[in-house]
Amino acid sequence: MNKLKELFLSKKNILSIYYTAGYPNLGDTVPVLDALQSGGADLVEIGMPFSDPLADGQTIQLSSHKALENGMSIKLLFEQLADMRKTIDLPVVLMGYFNPVFHFGVEKFLAKCKEVGVDGVIIPDLPFDEYCTSYKPMFEAYKISNIFLITPQTSDERIRLIDKNSTGFIYMVSSASVTGAKANVSDQQVDYFKRVERLNLKNPRLIGFGIGNHDTFIKACDNAHGAIIGSAFVNLLTQEGASKEKIGTFLKDVRA
Amino acid sequence: MANTYNYHADENGMYGEFGGAYVPEMLYPNVENLKKVYLGIIESDEFQQEYKALLKDYVGRPSPLYLAKRLSEKYNTNVYLKREDLNHTGAHKINNTVGQILVAKKLGKKRIIAETGAGQHGVATATVCALMGLECIVYMGELDVQRQAPNVARMRMLGATVVPAMSGNRTLKDATNEALRDWICNPEDTFYLIGSVVGPHPYPDMVARLQAIISEEIKWQIKEQTEKDYPDYVVACVGGGSNAAGSFFHFLDDDRVKLVAVEASGLGIDSGETAATIAIGSKGIIHGSKTFLMQTDDGQIVEPYSISAGLDYPGIGPQHANLFQTGRAQFLSATDDDALEFVMELTRLEGIIPALESAHAMVALKKMTFKKDDAVVITLSGRGDKDMETYMNRFNL
Ligand SMILES: Cc1ncc(COP(=O)(O)O)c(C=O)c1O
Repeated sequence: MNKLKELFLSKKNILSIYYTAGYPNLGDTVPVLDALQSGGADLVEIGMPFSDPLADGQTIQLSSHKALENGMSIKLLFEQLADMRKTIDLPVVLMGYFNPVFHFGVEKFLAKCKEVGVDGVIIPDLPFDEYCTSYKPMFEAYKISNIFLITPQTSDERIRLIDKNSTGFIYMVSSASVTGAKANVSDQQVDYFKRVERLNLKNPRLIGFGIGNHDTFIKACDNAHGAIIGSAFVNLLTQEGASKEKIGTFLKDVRA
Repeated sequence: MANTYNYHADENGMYGEFGGAYVPEMLYPNVENLKKVYLGIIESDEFQQEYKALLKDYVGRPSPLYLAKRLSEKYNTNVYLKREDLNHTGAHKINNTVGQILVAKKLGKKRIIAETGAGQHGVATATVCALMGLECIVYMGELDVQRQAPNVARMRMLGATVVPAMSGNRTLKDATNEALRDWICNPEDTFYLIGSVVGPHPYPDMVARLQAIISEEIKWQIKEQTEKDYPDYVVACVGGGSNAAGSFFHFLDDDRVKLVAVEASGLGIDSGETAATIAIGSKGIIHGSKTFLMQTDDGQIVEPYSISAGLDYPGIGPQHANLFQTGRAQFLSATDDDALEFVMELTRLEGIIPALESAHAMVALKKMTFKKDDAVVITLSGRGDKDMETYMNRFNL
């Protein structure tokens, strides 16, 4: 069975961590992944750095820039991940912008994902309609989940349509914002989480953007299947490097 | 002599294989709503009356089509300059902002954001915001803030907030990223007033339609001034491509009219310091549309360079990508030095100091050979006031 499906069937309060490949050092991609697994993360999203990450705030802009300076590329990422399934059981998702994937070749990209054992991809600027008309059969053939974002501004009708046409999970962007850690979750956000909950979607939901500590993680878990932490974790990498110990403590503190 | 190929956007904003709306879900509702309403709004009588009245009495249109005699003599042909430099605020950009601000008002938006390179679009946006009493925030690359200082001051005088974009090469691409991020964070009350034929559908088509007044006028002006009812050539510079799109618009289906677009090649096409997207770019996605862009083997966007802030962009509007691909338009490029040469040439031969961007279009006179009786229309997209500091340095004034 698909690792994503398995995860959501077997666990609640999913803690998913995003980090940028090749950051802080080019060789850190796999060590960070190992540390996340041993520290108890449930799901990992590896960011493929892009020169112009327009849905990202300062933190991920900077980590992407640094990773590219370090020499990160999609080609190199697949090389780094070639043996990950020897040690990594966690579901692994790649996240990045469409241009590098398009330039690499979508089909070739999916074949590589399958080869190294990637379970899904998140490409925020690949439009849902284009996915359905041009790429869905390809994703299905390679059994790679394509995960879509929804936001507080997404209509119920469109959320249902996205739910129907996606697998893995639904990525609920917590508010109208770019990525970046926030101190708390507002009542207005909770209203939106509840509204989506009432839609009874077939896919599980993870809440991301602005989740970064124990409080916001718990708030998200109250209203969905779990949460995604990105910028707060990247900030940790910036400060501490790929330290297995610090990563373990970070994860423990979030769950507490 | 009409051809049958459709060079305009289809209902999904595609020009052949180019265009579309590659936006993250956060932008989808705004972009989708605009796509549904823009044609209805800009084709309505109410809009057209208001828009045309503003173009006439506020912008000062029609802009002259001027037969440049000494230039024509030198190049042994007939050079007509379409004088967008004489518009209020000094460039073609205001044709678009006057139109989009009416769209924004119709949609009930209170807060206007824009990106700018040379600052001409920023000034044109700040101007219409002052006119309509709307809040205005302009994103501008930090390098451009420095090299187009007079325009920064103008925007501030007009009441706009100018936010320097600090990422990348700190130019137009980076300003556009920041504007898009702002829009993601402010989806309800904010209208993104894009300054060229770039971005997700419907922007490229909407901006082209709002700039189409340029070719609408050329059409009757050339008839008035020559025995022919069409020009043999229409030449324009391309950054994103809005003055070119407006200059070409009503001639796209008329094969008798040859269309020429001039890109900025900076220090030279192969120098690594260039903005000549068609010359060295490949297909991909930038700022929400599929088009040609300058990118690395890994699909990372390459930082462009041109002396001209308005042409310093690593992409090109999707319509132009298609005009190139189909061969409907010819693409040339001009270096910094080529452009500077023609700044001086136009200044000394005709007494017109052009914008750096516009001088790139003039370079076609050197790169191409025209016949004695050809009518060659060159769009003079803007005036040189904003570039005086560069000219003072380069020409030791
Ligand atoms: C005078 C002038 N011409 C041309 C341009 C390039 O824009 P576009 O290619 O959209 O006409 C600019 C942009 O700032 C400009 O200020």
